[in-house]
Amino acid sequence: MIRLPRSIALPLLALVVLLALFPAYGPLLFPAKHAFLMQKLAGIMILAMLAMSLDLLVGVTGLVSLAHAAFFGLGGYGLALLSPEYEAANLWLVLPATLAGVAAASAVVGWLSIRTSGIYFIMVTLAFGQMGFYLFNDSKGAGGSDGMYIMVTPSLEIAGTALLRLSDKMTFYYVVLALFVGVYFGLRMLLASPFGRVVAAIGVNENRVRGLGFDPDRYKLVAFVIGCTVAGLAGFLAAMQYGFVNPSMLSWHHSGEALVMVILGGMGTLFGPALGAFVFELARYGLESMTEHWLAAMGVFVIVVVLALPKGIAGLLLRLARPRDEGDGS
Amino acid sequence: MTAAPVASREAVLETRGLTKAFGGLVAVNAVSLRFLERQPHAIIGPNGAGKSTLVNLLTAHMRPSEGQILCRGVDITRLPAHKMPGLGIGRSYQKTNVFPSFSCFENVRLAAQSRLSTSMRFFRPASSLRDTNAHADEALELCGLSARRHRVAGTMSYGEQRQLEIGMVLATAPQILVLDEPLAGMGVEESELMVALLKDLARRYTLILIEHDMDAVFSIAEVLTVMVNGTMLESGPVEQVRASQAVQDAYLGDGGEVF
Ligand SMILES: Nc1ncnc2c1ncn2[C@@H]1O[C@H](COP(=O)(O)OP(=O)(O)OP(=O)(O)O)[C@@H](O)[C@H]1O
Ligand SMILES: [Mg+2]
Repeated sequence: MIRLPRSIALPLLALVVLLALFPAYGPLLFPAKHAFLMQKLAGIMILAMLAMSLDLLVGVTGLVSLAHAAFFGLGGYGLALLSPEYEAANLWLVLPATLAGVAAASAVVGWLSIRTSGIYFIMVTLAFGQMGFYLFNDSKGAGGSDGMYIMVTPSLEIAGTALLRLSDKMTFYYVVLALFVGVYFGLRMLLASPFGRVVAAIGVNENRVRGLGFDPDRYKLVAFVIGCTVAGLAGFLAAMQYGFVNPSMLSWHHSGEALVMVILGGMGTLFGPALGAFVFELARYGLESMTEHWLAAMGVFVIVVVLALPKGIAGLLLRLARPRDEGDGS
Repeated sequence: MTAAPVASREAVLETRGLTKAFGGLVAVNAVSLRFLERQPHAIIGPNGAGKSTLVNLLTAHMRPSEGQILCRGVDITRLPAHKMPGLGIGRSYQKTNVFPSFSCFENVRLAAQSRLSTSMRFFRPASSLRDTNAHADEALELCGLSARRHRVAGTMSYGEQRQLEIGMVLATAPQILVLDEPLAGMGVEESELMVALLKDLARRYTLILIEHDMDAVFSIAEVLTVMVNGTMLESGPVEQVRASQAVQDAYLGDGGEVF
């Protein structure tokens, strides 16, 4: 399933266009709430990146990781810790340094966890995730349970002139949109590559892949590092958006939410988990404003969707696009 | 082609006292066999004789409890399974083991990727690997599935999935082919096609064939090994083994004319 059917690709494109035009029509449709909604949408796109990166692990490679939010949080803390207190951090340095740190941390965690599988992998990643949480929660240098502020938004300059003013809400919105679309196509490209084919096959039948001459552990480790690094990028953006990080970013609850987005959206499809992030967050926003028991309502909502759509939203869309899969055509 | 005297030809694969125990059950018991270059070798035996276990040992899918495996004289007993295709040892599985969500072509292309020095290539699509695609198409042609190229493997008939199973091994460019019951569950017509293919493969590769279908075995193999309860009952040129009293007694049970 490399290429999406047109009947899915076009509506998805339309959604992206709607997102891209939001800064234009938002003020007309929601005069009072426009700024808030634009921020909300940027936040959802960041979570969609997190969900897509988790899909690479869970849906494609078959690695159900509960440490994913820890790498998201690490990306955020990377920015917070590397930013000077009263001036703007240099994005050219801070972003690569943060991502390299996240990649290195995930390589260590992955190397230690990938030798286990199934329920044990889930438990080991849960343990690593919580270690990350308490590392920041208990550390004085990183603000402990209160977290840290990023006083000045990082700057992106070439020879002293600013390329982008990231503190500008609209600029930031478009940067996030571009990265959101970029992460999607980047992961698609990855899945179509020789590496991606091996990794996708591992998700289906690891032993057969081994029998064909590939060492599954090496491929799983690289997939793990790539997925976690993208999560780190999402966390970095989240920290930039809110100007604030705290340990809850790393907690396993947050990993669990990302997992729900992936399952809700449809595992292994990339676009599904991105949609899952939107549906999950918009449902949360809607229910939150309707009832104070929104957590329970949210639970009911998730259960109903998962029961009704065992392969998630993407599974439903794919079924509608190809009513009877006779297998012909690619 | 007639079988040369056993000792004079080089063994491409050899087992020495190969044993596999599952707890108290000895599934393969001190099996010593020599597989010679391009000498089609069939292994038969009743259900539970340990044939598949032997295949799993030969291809490093299981670790032996005792004994050694040598490939062209080199000890490969401790190598992991993913090193086998690199040594030219390819296998098929008794239970169909294709990737059902992949297309027929994607299945063989993935197998053909194992010929690359590495598949840690991230940027260009697999579909742009010219040699790999060509190898994949060749394998499809060989196993007779060119017309099914785009079919999702899981939607193909059982027989076609068995063919694909063989196509995948062929795409890895093996020299030694270990096939575990390639005819199992196939219809008459499909079987005929497969037997023709196996005969062709027997000329080009060193074929080690596990099979219950005796007609197929006799038309393909030069050497026959009979296993019963994990032990090797008899091994040698087909006619000789066929005539052996021990085989007649043990394998054929109450005088039934199976051969
Ligand atoms: N993984 C395993 N764990 C425990 N016992 C096993 C395992 N694999 C095989 N066995 C046992 O070892 C014995 C040999 O099994 P094997 O599958 O090798 O037989 P076979 O000759 O291939 O039989 P068939 O003709 O039915 O395929 C059987 O008694 C089987 O139950
Ligand atoms: Mg068997």
